[in-house]
Parts: sequence; C-alpha cells; structure tokens
Amino acid sequence: MTVQLRPAGLRLSDMARVAVTGMRARPLRAFLSALGVALGIAAMVAVMGVSASSRAEIDRTLQLLGTNLLTVGPGQNLTGKRAELPMKATAMVRRIGPVTAAAATGAVTAKVYRTDRVPTALSGGIAVLAADLNLPATVGGQVHAGDWLNPAAARLPTAVLGSAAARRLGLERAGNRIWLGQRWFSVTGILAPVPLAPELDSAVLIGWDAARDIGFDGHPTTLYCRSEESQVEAVRSVLAGTANPAAPNEVLVSRPSDALAAQRATDQAFSGLLVGIGAVALLVGGIGVANTMVVGVLERRAEIGLRRSMGATRGHIRIQFLSESLLLSLFGGAAGAALGWLLTVAYAFSRDWPPVVPTWALLSAVAGTGLVGVVAGLYPAVRASRLSPTEALTAP
Amino acid sequence: MRDSAESVVEMDRVSKVYAGGVAALRDVSLTIHHGEFVAIVGPSGSGKSTMLHLIGTLDRPSTGTVRIANHDVSRLSDRSLAALRSSAIGFIFQQFHLAPNVPILRNAADGLLYSGLARRDREERARIALRRVGLGHRLHHRPHELSGGERQRVAIARAVAGNPRLLLADEPTGNLDSVSGAQVMHLLRELHQGGTTVVVITHDREIAESLPRQISMLDGRIDTGVPA
Ligand SMILES: Nc1ncnc2c1ncn2[C@@H]1O[C@H](COP(=O)(O)OP(=O)(O)OP(=O)(O)O)[C@@H](O)[C@H]1O
Ligand SMILES: [Mg+2]
Repeated sequence: MTVQLRPAGLRLSDMARVAVTGMRARPLRAFLSALGVALGIAAMVAVMGVSASSRAEIDRTLQLLGTNLLTVGPGQNLTGKRAELPMKATAMVRRIGPVTAAAATGAVTAKVYRTDRVPTALSGGIAVLAADLNLPATVGGQVHAGDWLNPAAARLPTAVLGSAAARRLGLERAGNRIWLGQRWFSVTGILAPVPLAPELDSAVLIGWDAARDIGFDGHPTTLYCRSEESQVEAVRSVLAGTANPAAPNEVLVSRPSDALAAQRATDQAFSGLLVGIGAVALLVGGIGVANTMVVGVLERRAEIGLRRSMGATRGHIRIQFLSESLLLSLFGGAAGAALGWLLTVAYAFSRDWPPVVPTWALLSAVAGTGLVGVVAGLYPAVRASRLSPTEALTAP
Repeated sequence: MRDSAESVVEMDRVSKVYAGGVAALRDVSLTIHHGEFVAIVGPSGSGKSTMLHLIGTLDRPSTGTVRIANHDVSRLSDRSLAALRSSAIGFIFQQFHLAPNVPILRNAADGLLYSGLARRDREERARIALRRVGLGHRLHHRPHELSGGERQRVAIARAVAGNPRLLLADEPTGNLDSVSGAQVMHLLRELHQGGTTVVVITHDREIAESLPRQISMLDGRIDTGVPA
C-alpha cells in the first residue's frame, strides 16, 4: 500500500532564477568567463559584419558605376609592338546596335612637366591622352575641380588632369599651366578617381585636335563603350572584330566591373580565415566557462547536498548546472554580438560604407554560444549530479 | 506491515559500511512513531549523522532495511527518494546552509523549490513559516545581516515550509550560544506539538534529557533505551 512517489518538474522560470542566482553569487568570475565567450563572438560577428559591409560597398559601387562598360585596349601584335586601333574604330563601335555610348582615348607621345624648367626625371609615369569629349560620361568619371573639356577648348591647348596625375604634378585646383609637348597648356579641370578606368587617373587628358598639334597621329588606343545591360556579352563577342576588323586578335576586350566583383571573392576567402580565428577564441572562451563550472561544482558541494536534501533529483542538479553554464555563455554571446555589431558599424562608418551585420551572423552567434554553453556545462553538470548527497553535505 | 502504519521510521538490523571499510552503523534496529520527539546522543564518531542520513533517505544501508513513511528505501529509485524527501522530510543542519546574498524569504521559499508548487505559493508558505519562527518582519534581509540564531531559524522555516511529517536536525544548536540554542529548541518543541515527528542530534545533555525519548549511540550501535 505505497503511494507512487514522483518528483515534480522544475518550471523554466525557476530554472532561470536558480541559474541567475548561481551566477550572481560570484559576479567577477562569471564576468570573466563570459568575457572569453564575448570576445570570440565579437571577433566573429565583427569579421562577418565588416566583410558583409565591404561587399555591400562593392555592390553599391557597381550599382553606381554600372556593369555594362566594356573596354577595348591595345594588345600586342605579332611583332611585339603595341597595336593601335583604326581611326574609325569609335564610329564603327557606335554602330553596334545595343551600344549606347562609346568614347576613345589615344596615346600621345609627349612629356608633361609642372614648369618648363623641371628636369625630365621628375614627371615620369604620367600618360598624355587625347580624349573624346564624351569620355567622362561614358566611363562614369566625375570632375573633382574645374570643368571638363568643351568643344571650343578641345582645340586650344587646354588639359584636364586625372586625380593621381594632379597629385604627382602638385596641382590641386584648376587654373594652372603645365608644360606639355614643348608648349603651355592651361589646366581647366581635375577628375575624381575613376574606378572603372583607373588608367585615366594617372593621365593628362587633352582634346583630339590639340593633340594633333603636338604630333598625335589620331589613332585611338583604348575604346570605352556602354551597352544595354542585357546585351553586354553579345556586344563583347563582336567588339574586337568591330573595333579592329583587320586584326581582331590584337586587341584586348575587358569588362572592368568584373575586376571589382572579383574583390568580393578574395574578400570572402580572407574573412573565412578571420572567422576561424574567432572560432578559436570562442573555443577558448568555452573552456573558460567549463573551468568556471568545474570549480563551481567543487566549491558548491554543500549547496548541492542541501538541494538534494530538499528533494532535488539528480536531473534537477544536472539541469541547474547546465542552465547556469548556458546562461553564462549566452550572456557572453549577447554581449559579444553587441560588441561585434558596434565594431562593424564603427568601422563601416569610418570607411563610409553601408554597415551590414548579416542576421545569420547574429543567429549563428547565438546558436554557437548556446552550443558552447551546453558542451562546457555537460561534464560539470554530470559530475555535480553524481555527487552523493551525504558526501556533498559533509564536504568541508 | 499493518502494525507499522503509525511508524514513521523503521530500521531493521541496519548496518552502514563506508567505502574505506569504516562500519559507521552495526546492526541497528529502531522504530520511531508518528508524533515522537527523539534526541540522538553519543560521542563523536559514534554514527549519529550516519543514522540521520539513513533516516532522511540521503543514503542507503549496506545491509538491513530502512522504511520511511512505509516506503522501503532500498526499493525506491533515486528519483522516488528525492520525491519522498521533498514531500515528507525536512532537514536542519548545524551550518545553516543559507544562500548568501539571497533574501531570507527566498531562502526559505527555496525549501519548496522541488515540490512542484508555483513561486507565489512557495513564497506564501515561506512567509508563514518565517512568521512562525519570529522573522516575519525581516523577510527581505540577507543572511549576513542576521545573527547565528536567526539564521538557524531561517533554516528551520525553510525545512518546515512544506509541513513535512518528519523533521531531522543534525546538531541544530551546535553553532549557537545557549540563548539562541534555547530559542531553536523552543521552536522544535512547538513544531512537535503541532504534530511533526522530530529527530534531533545533540551533544547537549540538558537538551537531550528535556526530550521525551533519547537514543544513545556508541560505536555504531544503540547503547541503551530501545530494545534491539
Ligand atoms: N563518507 C564517509 N566515508 C567514510 N567514513 C565515514 C563517512 N562518513 C562518516 N564516516 C565515518 O563513520 C563514522 C561515523 O560518522 P558520523 O558522522 O555518523 O559520526 P557522528 O556520530 O555524527 O559524529 P559527530 O558527533 O562528530 O558528528 C566515523 O568514524 C566517520 O569517520
Ligand atoms: Mg555528526
């Protein structure tokens, strides 16, 4: 005639209260072991956030610049000499149906100096290019200072500097003169960097007619063309033959936006490595939590004995230490995620990027810390639950 | 066993041998009836705490049977023993074992943590128990703000908040001065008068002699008082 004895379950709220109480009993230790987890999570979230932000920035740039620009550049001909395009190449390319704009530059063999007294050595690396008037519109170039060439100025000795060329010449605003091809050219403007045509940054651009006056032969060397977004590949396939029908294999056709997009891939590989480092930090944090819990079990034997005397089952003790470890780890994880988010926003802000912290990064941070908490707490919890009540109570 | 319906504790030829080979109890037989107030006395190392732990189902005998509230302890699983402790047995220890920095109301209410009662009910019962031990006005104080005697009274409130049938105290006055000790014994007497079966280990001869029944231990055996 014995009644069934069945232990009552512990409510989730009670479990949480017990865990919080256990954690708060030694706040410094709890803080330090949660800190380990927090740093690991912060590192991982920040790395994922920063790389996501940088990709968002590349996407934004691509969006802004467009991915429909194709470049026809000079290749090598069979004799190894730099190939040049026929005079009417630009006009031919414009005639391709989906092409919406085309502009050319032609290399001018002339040297450029800050003054007529600078020794030759000081002005190396600056190309002189004859440019079509619609060049900035075609490549998406912005004038940083002054004005772009206009039809009237293009015949006069006037020049526009690429951003790097301007820096090298020590000119920050328009209105100066430069010594180019043995005569003075006045600088009417300076371009902002052109991401899709970085070769323009280190160039001095002059009008086609002005170029002829200093010995330019009129052959375009590089051709930029925009086409309808959906037809870019089709245009690409006929571009070489159209621009240089005589020797299509002597020109190089490229899509500059591809190079930008390729950055995303390298970026991803790099951030994979950093996330790995963060994972190691998280592991070390988890070991810290496990250590805290093991020490806690040793120190709290009397408490465990008391709880057993009050009717706690082994399961109750196990879940108590497990939930304490989980809570410790989740606290660290939440703090780490917040810190990682802050770091991402601060970094993105400093680089003028759109801050992006992927939701999956935050979710996996929470899942990761949950896992760490459970794994770290498992052994101590089992150990605590296996203590015999009497031994626990008589512990010194 | 019909004739044992009124017995709360029944030990039949119980021995306890610890892992190291120490025989802490040898062939002890003992019956404690419902409503008794028993003192266990004896020199240090004579097996008093061991016997109290067996009565409290915190441990199992090496040989012999222990029946608590009609349950054969050796036939019950660890989970069932826990359920039995949470519903029928209250413990008081010499060291109080209060959670530091936790208000005494919660300390007392946690005695019912494993009873399945909701927090509100646990705190209500703890409040009543604390009032009963004269600490109703200090519910939100923390243990370090209390004297030793007051702390032991909190521990008593924690042990009796669930109205256990059996109250076991291992030297409850061992850490207290005589005035506080007398207060604690007075409380235990009140609980006994309320119908609880109380078993107290004590070193204090005076206290022991003031109780209705004494069990004297010597070297793991019951020395006098109860026929084996
Ligand atoms: N967990 C244990 N393992 C081994 N021996 C133990 C254990 N617990 C108690 N003993 C031994 O069993 C004997 C009885 O111990 P017990 O604690 O029951 O004595 P006691 O009468 O309560 O003594 P005290 O008055 O000092 O509290 C002692 O010799 C003790 O050393
Ligand atoms: Mg003892």
